[in-house]
Amino acid sequence: MAAGSFAAPPETTAWSRLMVNRNWLGFWFMVPTMIFLVFFLAWPLLLGMWMSMTDMRIGRGGVFIGLENYQYLLEDSDFLNATAFTLVYTAVASVVKFAVGLYLAILLNNHMPFKAFIRAIVLIPFIVPTVLSAVAFWWIFDTQFSIFTWLLQKAGILAKGQYINWLGDPFLAQCSVIFANIWRGIPFIAITLLAGLQTVSPSLYEAATLDGASGWQRFRFVTYPLLTPIIAVVMTFSVLFTFTDFQLIWAMTRGGPVNATQLMATLSYQRGILGGRLGEGAAIATAMVPFLLAAIMVSWFGLQRRKWQQGESND
Amino acid sequence: MTKPTRRSALKGLAGVAGAGALVGSGMTEWAKAWAQASPFKPEAGATLNLMRWRRFVVAEDEQFNKIVAAFTAATGVRVTVTSESFDDMQPKASVAANTGTGPDIFWSLYSTPHLFPNRCVDVSDVADYLGKKYGGWVPVAEAYGKLGNKWIAIPAAINGGYINYRISQVKAAGFNEVPQTTAGFLELCKALKAKNTPAGFPLGRASGDGNSYAYWLLWSHNAAQVDENSKVIIRSAETEAALNYAKSLYDTFIQGTAAWNDASNNRLFLSGELGLTANGISIYAAANASNDPKQKEIAADMDHAYWPIGPAGKPTEIQLCFPMMAMTYTKFPNACKAFMAFMLEADQFNPWLEAAAGYLTHTLNAFDNNPVWTKDPKNKVFRDASKRSLVAGHRGKLDEKAATAMADFIVVDMFASFCTGRETAAGAMQLAERQLQRIYR
Repeated sequence: MAAGSFAAPPETTAWSRLMVNRNWLGFWFMVPTMIFLVFFLAWPLLLGMWMSMTDMRIGRGGVFIGLENYQYLLEDSDFLNATAFTLVYTAVASVVKFAVGLYLAILLNNHMPFKAFIRAIVLIPFIVPTVLSAVAFWWIFDTQFSIFTWLLQKAGILAKGQYINWLGDPFLAQCSVIFANIWRGIPFIAITLLAGLQTVSPSLYEAATLDGASGWQRFRFVTYPLLTPIIAVVMTFSVLFTFTDFQLIWAMTRGGPVNATQLMATLSYQRGILGGRLGEGAAIATAMVPFLLAAIMVSWFGLQRRKWQQGESND
Repeated sequence: MTKPTRRSALKGLAGVAGAGALVGSGMTEWAKAWAQASPFKPEAGATLNLMRWRRFVVAEDEQFNKIVAAFTAATGVRVTVTSESFDDMQPKASVAANTGTGPDIFWSLYSTPHLFPNRCVDVSDVADYLGKKYGGWVPVAEAYGKLGNKWIAIPAAINGGYINYRISQVKAAGFNEVPQTTAGFLELCKALKAKNTPAGFPLGRASGDGNSYAYWLLWSHNAAQVDENSKVIIRSAETEAALNYAKSLYDTFIQGTAAWNDASNNRLFLSGELGLTANGISIYAAANASNDPKQKEIAADMDHAYWPIGPAGKPTEIQLCFPMMAMTYTKFPNACKAFMAFMLEADQFNPWLEAAAGYLTHTLNAFDNNPVWTKDPKNKVFRDASKRSLVAGHRGKLDEKAATAMADFIVVDMFASFCTGRETAAGAMQLAERQLQRIYR
């Protein structure tokens, strides 16, 4: 190489600089996830919202009709009943699931023989496929072949030929599907809260006991405050799962009798897929979004003020 | 194309094995000759996926699989058959139509092809060929198969649904036979209830039996959901009369009918809890095929009758049509056509119709003389199912709107909401009217 001559350094473009810029590095790592979320979450959601403003039918496109689907639904008694029942279904089932789940968790938190085995047994309703348990409940609540009816007849409380119209009576059918949802949902809450209880330091209980705290006070002032963040997360999930339930209703009642057990999700399917009115079905599904957002917001703001979120004491 | 499952693969293999077993048999020889002469030539290398309704009569299914195997042996086209319950057929077909992927042939229920007519292959040539060869189609088949002048599906068969009753219980209630008027029929149901052997008809989500019952109630009282110009006329004195009649009947029923699906009445009748219902011949076929003496006893003690005639003064039945449609996304439309034509040729169709033992009724006039209609007198009423049936959407056209109204259970729900006391007659009619007006706008 001749003195004084040297190869010019390669041109660095703005793009290549950006590729290695430390400030941008985090963004580059996030891109794959962002693409995944946009394609599989945001895009279908936006498409659904767009569809809800069209008169799209199965097998052919639709034209933009603005809020007409929503206007129709606001005067549609089936939709209003489904919305009301979805709220009742979610509220009743969630409250009972929480109460029983918490009670079970506290019981399972005690030392007892065969602890691991009993905990595994408790999980069974949760791990059985939903459709299978729903079909089992369909039999359990069958008007003529119900095990309950059979037991009551054997016990002499019901005469032979007398039945309880579990799934044929609108109110009883609503009670039956709520019962089935509770049975299925309790283990999830119980086991998750149990995990939370395991993290509570025994020394806190010892200190409380030394201070003369009663059982109730130990729960109220030690267990409950420390469990609150877990409760918030679990109940958010539980409410979301319950509100968007579909399988259980579809396998047990198909939304019947007379649409009495129709949830928003099942009605959306009935109108959109079976009835072929995709636009209307999408509108019903989109109408669920505000309720779901509200449930998320409640837990979000509930958790905002938690110290552990700022890393002060990490649960 | 649908992703082949282990089950469908096995079925496909069974079909191929069956085809192997058929080689050299008369059926295959005939099939090969047919394939040579047939105007419908499958594409080279064609394979077909066919989704059908789940059978209620085992022998029918076995005979159908023989047809599939013979077709494969004759043409080399492998056909994979999957079956789904009645309730799941329409949603699956709808989703496939919308996404443009799925089975090549759907063999579905009622007016499903009319939900997405532009997704169905034009099969007018197949329909014309079969119609000319076999004495023409019955009117109801034309109604279900055609849209305007174009055939969008081949209505392979009709499933007749008629009154199934226990002979001894009807006699014990003081009747020699099922009365053929709606007024007399109500008296019979009252008498059956008094004897603690009640009747029952579905008012729940039963695609087949529920719609059959609800439309019979409506039409027998001279009411309809729309008139000839597709104007909604459900709110009428005739509908109110039908509602009141339905309520009187409902009060005599066994409990639980508002929750029934298509299988509920079969189950209850065969358990001996139910004295009278409406159904295909599948209850009788199942009882006959059973080795259980109790079931045999039920088979011997049951018979079938036509639907009673109401103020309309003529038969007002809606029978379940099974139209077979090829989807426009298929790569092998000619293979689809060849299969449809092959299946309805007399050499295939006659044994299949016999195997169905009355569960299926032919839609081509030439099959009136099939021995199945004379072999057992209890089959006889089902022979007329396709000739007596009215069409979904009656008095208006059978179109996408009529199909939607049926798929949405609007008429079933109208009767159910009044019978269960959730709505007044006026309220139930108003609700149905509003939903129908939206569909028929």
